[in-house]
This record gives sequence, C-alpha cells and structure tokens, in this order.
Amino acid sequence: MSEDILQRQKKLQDYLNRTPFADFIGFKCEIMGDEMTAILPFEEKIIGNPSIRALHGGATGAFLELTAMAQLFLLSDEVSLAKPINLTIDYLRQAKAENLYARATVTKQGRRIANVHAEAWQSERARPVATLSAHFLLGSGE
Amino acid sequence: MTENPDFFDLIRQYAPNIINKVPYANTLGFELVDLEPGKAIARAPYKPETIGDIETGIIHGGVVTALLDNVSGVSVIAALSEMKSTATLDLRIDYMRPAEVGRDIIAEAECYHMTRTVAFTRAWAYHESRDRVIATASGSFALNTIKGFPTNTGEGS
Repeated sequence: MSEDILQRQKKLQDYLNRTPFADFIGFKCEIMGDEMTAILPFEEKIIGNPSIRALHGGATGAFLELTAMAQLFLLSDEVSLAKPINLTIDYLRQAKAENLYARATVTKQGRRIANVHAEAWQSERARPVATLSAHFLLGSGE
Repeated sequence: MTENPDFFDLIRQYAPNIINKVPYANTLGFELVDLEPGKAIARAPYKPETIGDIETGIIHGGVVTALLDNVSGVSVIAALSEMKSTATLDLRIDYMRPAEVGRDIIAEAECYHMTRTVAFTRAWAYHESRDRVIATASGSFALNTIKGFPTNTGEGS
C-alpha cells in the first residue's frame, strides 16, 4: 500500500515540476490513499475584488483546472499531460480571502477523451464555492 | 440594453481599475487595451512562470480562463447604464488551439444581452484576430444594485 502511495506522490510531483503555473499560483496537494485533495493557500495576489475581499474567478477556475489535470495524471498511465478541450465553471458562492480546497473525480475515461468533475470549497465541504465540469484530450494526440 | 453616453464616460474612466487594481489580474500582467459600450479588449503577456508544461512552453489554460473571465466581466460593466456590481455565475470555455510560445494573448468580449439581474457575454482569445482563435468563452453574470448608488431608472429586462 505504502508503495502505491509513494508512487502516486512521485507521479504527482513530476506533474507539478513540469507545470510552472501550478507553482506560480501556489498549488499544493495531499494524497490520502487513493484520494487527492488540492489546496490553494490564500495569498493577496489571488484576490479579484479588493473591496469585498473575494478571490478572482480566474484563480478559482485555474485552481479547479489544475486539480482536474492532476487527478487525471495521477490515475492514468499517460506520460504527456491532458489538454483541456472545454470546461464549464459554475460560481456558486463568493470565494473569501481564505484557503481554497478542491477534489476532482474522473467521471469517464475513454481512450482519448476524459470527463472530469471538480469541486472547490472553503470552510465547509458541503458548501462548494465553485464547480468545474471539463473534457480533456489524453495522450499526445492533436 | 440601454445606452447612456454620460454614464459610459464614467465607466471609461473607472474601467482600467477593474484590471489594474485587481491583484490577480496584476499578478498575471493583464492590461485593458480598449473599451466600447458593451465591449472590452484586454491583453495577457507571455510570462515564463505561467507555463503549463515545460516540455512545450505553452501558457497554462488557467491564464486564458482568468483573462476571459476578467475581460467578460469588464464588457458587462461597459454595458451598464447605472452602477451595479457583477459576479460571474458561470463561464464555459472551449479551447480551439494552443497559444503560441512567447506571444501575448488578446481577449475580446462583448456583453450581448442584459436583463435587470443577469448579463450574458461572449469572448474570444487570440494572438492576431478572431480568424484564428485560441479559445472562445460564453458567460453569464449576476448583477446587483450597489447600495449607496441611486438607481435612476426603473426599466425592466
């Protein structure tokens, strides 16, 4: 079991190492067994509306996209990163100036295309601030 | 949509702040390029720290998402005839082709319909023109009257 976890951690680290943008926005993640929780620690630079201290929708969106890609990379044997085909982000609540958490589920993984859902929350898991539904192209295909 | 030229002049002065004074937009180096009633154009510079995959050098999709979200929001503000706050309800993005390495990304948005409570937008991201888009977006935004700003008209949707 621990072998599996070590391998997953290494895989995820590989993913993060080749994605400077993940580091740039401060993307972190924790693997617990076969589940991954992504964390976006709050920083002043991800604020979108200074007057109400809300996070930028683009930061929340990018965080969900990174979470979905990390989850896909973790579960697949692919060496190349998944490419987004399309995505829909629903903004359910205002994201406050606090840490953001997210988890992604691969709803369907075909040979070339995967469908992934992800949810981001803050103080309460049951009150998501945003959700993502996305299709990704797998492998190196164009 | 009602057009109110005086109000748009006010918006024109205020609009650059919606990008320049937004920390996340600043972090990514966004700038407002042009503003017309109901339309906005913004630019994101190529920054090595926002690369999505070092093997290709291509900017991460998350930067395109942020730019399209931001410019769509500005197009909504540019379509207002009285001051309201805007909040993104949803945003759908379709990626047509990867952005080219080393080049800035331009995004253009238009607010094509507005009711009292919701605004609808379309946006395009590209290097040169809409003939060769990197991504398209469609969004909806919730509108809320700002307390302290008198509402001068009562017209509905």
